[in-house]
Amino acid sequence: MSILGNRVLRREDPKFLTTGGVYGDDLPGVGALWATFVRSTMAHARIVALDAGGALDRPGVVAVYTAADLDLPPVPAGMPGIPESMFRPVLAQDVVRFVGEPVAVVLTEERYQGEDAAEAVFVDYEPLPTVVDPETALAGGTLLFPDHGTNVATDFREPLDEHFFDDCEVVVRQRVINQRVAPCPLEVRSGMASWGADGRLTQWLSTQAPHSAKDALAGLFALAADQVRVIAPDVGGGFGAKIGPYPEDLVVAWSARAQGRPVRWTETRSESMLGLVHGRGQIQDIAIGGNRDGQVLAYRIDVLQDAGAYPAVGAYLPMLTKLMAPGTYAIPKVSASACAVVTNTTSIGAYRGAGRPEATAAIERAMDLFAAEIGADPAQVRRQNLVSKDFFPYTTATGFTYDIGDYMGALDLALEASDYAGLRAEQARRRAEGGPCQMGIGVSTYVEITNGLPDAGEFAVVEVLPTGTARVYTGSSPHGQGHVTAWSMLASEQLGIPMEDIEVVANDTDLVASGGGTMGSRSLQAGGLAVHEASMTLVDEARQLAAELLEANPDDVVLDKIEGRFHVAGTPAVARSWAEVASAAEERGGLRVEHKSSPSGPTFPFGAHVAVVEVDTETGQARLRRLVAVDDAGTILNPLLAEGQRHGGLAQGVAQALLEEVRYDADGNPVTSNLADYAMISATELPSFELVSMATPTPVNALGAKGIGESGTIGSTPAVQSAVVDAVAHLGVRHIDMPASPQRVWQVLQDSASHKGSE
Amino acid sequence: MIPAAFDYRRAQSVDEAVGLLTEHGEDAKLLAGGHSLLPLMKLRLAAPSVLVDIGRLSDLSYVRANGDTVAIGALTRHRDLEISSVLHEHVPLLAHVAGQVGDPQVRHRGTIGGSLAHGDPASDLPAACLALGATFTMVGPQGEREIEAADFFQGFLETALGPDEVLTEIRVPKADGAGWSFQKFNRRAQDWAIVGVAAVAGSRPGIGLVNMGSVPLRATAVEAALAAGASASEAAAHAADGLDPPEDLNASPEYRRHLVRVLVRRALEEAGAA
Ligand SMILES: Cc1cc2nc3c(=O)[nH]c(=O)nc-3n(C[C@H](O)[C@H](O)[C@H](O)COP(=O)(O)OP(=O)(O)OC[C@H]3O[C@@H](n4cnc5c(N)ncnc54)[C@H](O)[C@@H]3O)c2cc1C
Repeated sequence: MSILGNRVLRREDPKFLTTGGVYGDDLPGVGALWATFVRSTMAHARIVALDAGGALDRPGVVAVYTAADLDLPPVPAGMPGIPESMFRPVLAQDVVRFVGEPVAVVLTEERYQGEDAAEAVFVDYEPLPTVVDPETALAGGTLLFPDHGTNVATDFREPLDEHFFDDCEVVVRQRVINQRVAPCPLEVRSGMASWGADGRLTQWLSTQAPHSAKDALAGLFALAADQVRVIAPDVGGGFGAKIGPYPEDLVVAWSARAQGRPVRWTETRSESMLGLVHGRGQIQDIAIGGNRDGQVLAYRIDVLQDAGAYPAVGAYLPMLTKLMAPGTYAIPKVSASACAVVTNTTSIGAYRGAGRPEATAAIERAMDLFAAEIGADPAQVRRQNLVSKDFFPYTTATGFTYDIGDYMGALDLALEASDYAGLRAEQARRRAEGGPCQMGIGVSTYVEITNGLPDAGEFAVVEVLPTGTARVYTGSSPHGQGHVTAWSMLASEQLGIPMEDIEVVANDTDLVASGGGTMGSRSLQAGGLAVHEASMTLVDEARQLAAELLEANPDDVVLDKIEGRFHVAGTPAVARSWAEVASAAEERGGLRVEHKSSPSGPTFPFGAHVAVVEVDTETGQARLRRLVAVDDAGTILNPLLAEGQRHGGLAQGVAQALLEEVRYDADGNPVTSNLADYAMISATELPSFELVSMATPTPVNALGAKGIGESGTIGSTPAVQSAVVDAVAHLGVRHIDMPASPQRVWQVLQDSASHKGSE
Repeated sequence: MIPAAFDYRRAQSVDEAVGLLTEHGEDAKLLAGGHSLLPLMKLRLAAPSVLVDIGRLSDLSYVRANGDTVAIGALTRHRDLEISSVLHEHVPLLAHVAGQVGDPQVRHRGTIGGSLAHGDPASDLPAACLALGATFTMVGPQGEREIEAADFFQGFLETALGPDEVLTEIRVPKADGAGWSFQKFNRRAQDWAIVGVAAVAGSRPGIGLVNMGSVPLRATAVEAALAAGASASEAAAHAADGLDPPEDLNASPEYRRHLVRVLVRRALEEAGAA
């Protein structure tokens, strides 16, 4: 019987539930200095004077460094095409471009001394005009990088043919704000750097991708690759925001070298809200056209991406938004245009979904607006326009080829599980009664891309030791997902070695030769696949050796996976155990297979969500009552792990729809930089999710697996937003931007009432 | 998020606390549950040079029925109010309001005395005490004095407490059987109120408002309307009269004025106050 597909409990949990993890801040760090950063209090200003003198006299202060001390080049944006003049200096040089930008670092013996000393570093700022709003940035009146001549960081603009909508009976247009949000991993950034006497750097980072961090550090310090070791201790979440090393990490490494002592840092939550990248941040102008019978004929989206002060991954997200623009629908004509601009705000990076939630939110809003315009049921209009399951692999109007899908099937499951017809009946009844508390139903369908990076493969080593136990080395970078459980299931399935006898090694570049890390929902289909394939190869090699030991023909030798022994088919009494085979292999270099997977392409998970929301029309408060989610990630390795990913994703998706938004005032001062002001969602704002299973295996990899890390976020946001609008649609409302805060909903209702009154 | 340096003194009695306050003057601050003071210190918005910890004065933690009133020690934690059988019997509003403060962690640390002494207009317990017509006892170098809740809150985070005084007891008239309601409007369960309304009906009706001005407020215009025989919705229409509510991330003054009218109406209806 196969272990795959079972609800195997997480092997990781006993540790986390008893002794707890060891995060960056828990490292012993004997003899390490603490780094505290002096951060810009201005959104845009010239540094006229910077005087560390006052800090140097403070207790415990060992050194204060500024950009003038650092001989480090600016950090490359990590993405092609971003102009060098927009690269980010490691510490602010002459000009600060967002509140929170590190200006200097203070090194102290004790951590608390750093806060006092940082206050004593004197920075004289001469304010420059501030650009917070992307449209203002696009207009270019004030430039963040005058040398570049424009605030546009990346440009994927395409003109719209003036006849684009000519054959449509109905065209609906809407501006949609996909607001800036903060990833808020529970563990903030933290780490330590230590240089050996041999000039080798060891750096502990709270990261999702140790190997690329290692490459970046080696590049920066002009070291050979083997002169850098990066270790990710337990990492308390990343959500895309911990992919690259941050400037602070580089300063910590540089300072450790300058001091000849280890240097460590852990940011505060308030720092994290400014220093960790933000997500989303798009202004979208959408237009959808079609016939009154419900057929959609043309769709156009214009994206203006806020890249933040220093363009990085965020400047590329609109590329993905463009490519995923048509979503699950077979729309004959799709046109997408985008560009990214810099503003005096925290940089935008990848955040759970990264570019795809924005695409889904836009097309789903468009579908709702179109349905409302022609007076049709939104579920029906969707059904009418979905790509049929007979057309896969399906190449979209924007040029992606979706591997496999059954969007109608997903929608039907979601509608059935939610009793859509019953919900509509209840809604009609409540509207007729006219009470203050109205009900809204939101439907979304989605398709997204996972493992979409150019290098789709991942590295793994599987070995069996003379003790008969196994070890799996993975280039994936576990930070909460349950890789140890998943990878030992995969190896155990092939090797017939019990899971508890399989050790999983990750997150240390000295122990694992290479790795792509964990992001973009790629782990199982890339890293898991590598473990699966390496394990199969290992069994083959072991069979050869067992055949020699058994003096039999390799073709006749089989692995008894229950006993974990090799024998000639039909004669199980004479067998060789894994321990015996591995011992025999020792003189030949051991039983060990090194492998990099090469999946033939990305996968396109899909699904459908139905949200039920109640809106108090007197106060504007929207509360989520139900969330039904169909998320098809192909073959499920472990439902428990998959559900965990869905739960987290759904919660973060709902959060964007109802609660979360990073805000700045007109001068670029952040006004949501703690968790009292930034309304991060909690369990009390969420109903129990209703998860519906659907599994359409992908042909792209042998596991049939697609990504599941981001699906929940992508599908739930538009479903919940749509439900809020639907709850007050009978009062004349067509659109409400996110987050649907009470004040915003109330304001929309006020506007709609006064609009009606003036008609 | 690390406070500036300070000295720490633990008081063994109210008298010792008063003595320490007198000795150190304006530089000293009492520390009770620390759940208002410590956040301010961590953000370096407050930097007292001496903290006088009264958090372990267990003889100031009690809830006792006493004739027509219930007496509450200033060091009583929110959680102890929430589960107090004396309050559930005689002043259920107060137990309920205490149960709506923050999250369980906050409720196990924060004290009613600290909440009142801090005088934050966004706090829940001050509004409840206003609605209930509570009386506060304070001890200073000159001895003990009493003050009505209605006279206690004097400006933004400013109360009648002198820098060398300790709030020791809160006395609340029993409201057995009187209708009551607490409408706390917030976005997340653990959040502060965007607007809140505490209402008691019965022989001593009262309505307290959360976050509708620079101090915790009594809805005097509503109370007057009710006394003049107005219905719940007529009276609630006056809820924002003369008020100048704050503007913040969650609400404009205009929205707060709207909310308070809705919430007062709901509170009056639930309490059966009209
Ligand atoms: C995350 C969080 C959420 C919260 N949410 C809410 C909420 O929803 N609603 C709400 O009402 N409150 C909320 N609070 C505040 C909480 O109720 C505090 O406990 C309370 O406001 C202060 O009580 P304390 O005992 O902690 O006082 P402290 O912080 O110790 O002291 C506060 C002030 O009062 C003074 N003081 C304290 N005790 C006395 C005394 N006996 N005599 C004279 N002066 C004294 C102190 O010197 C200080 O100036 C929240 C707090 C946190 C941290």
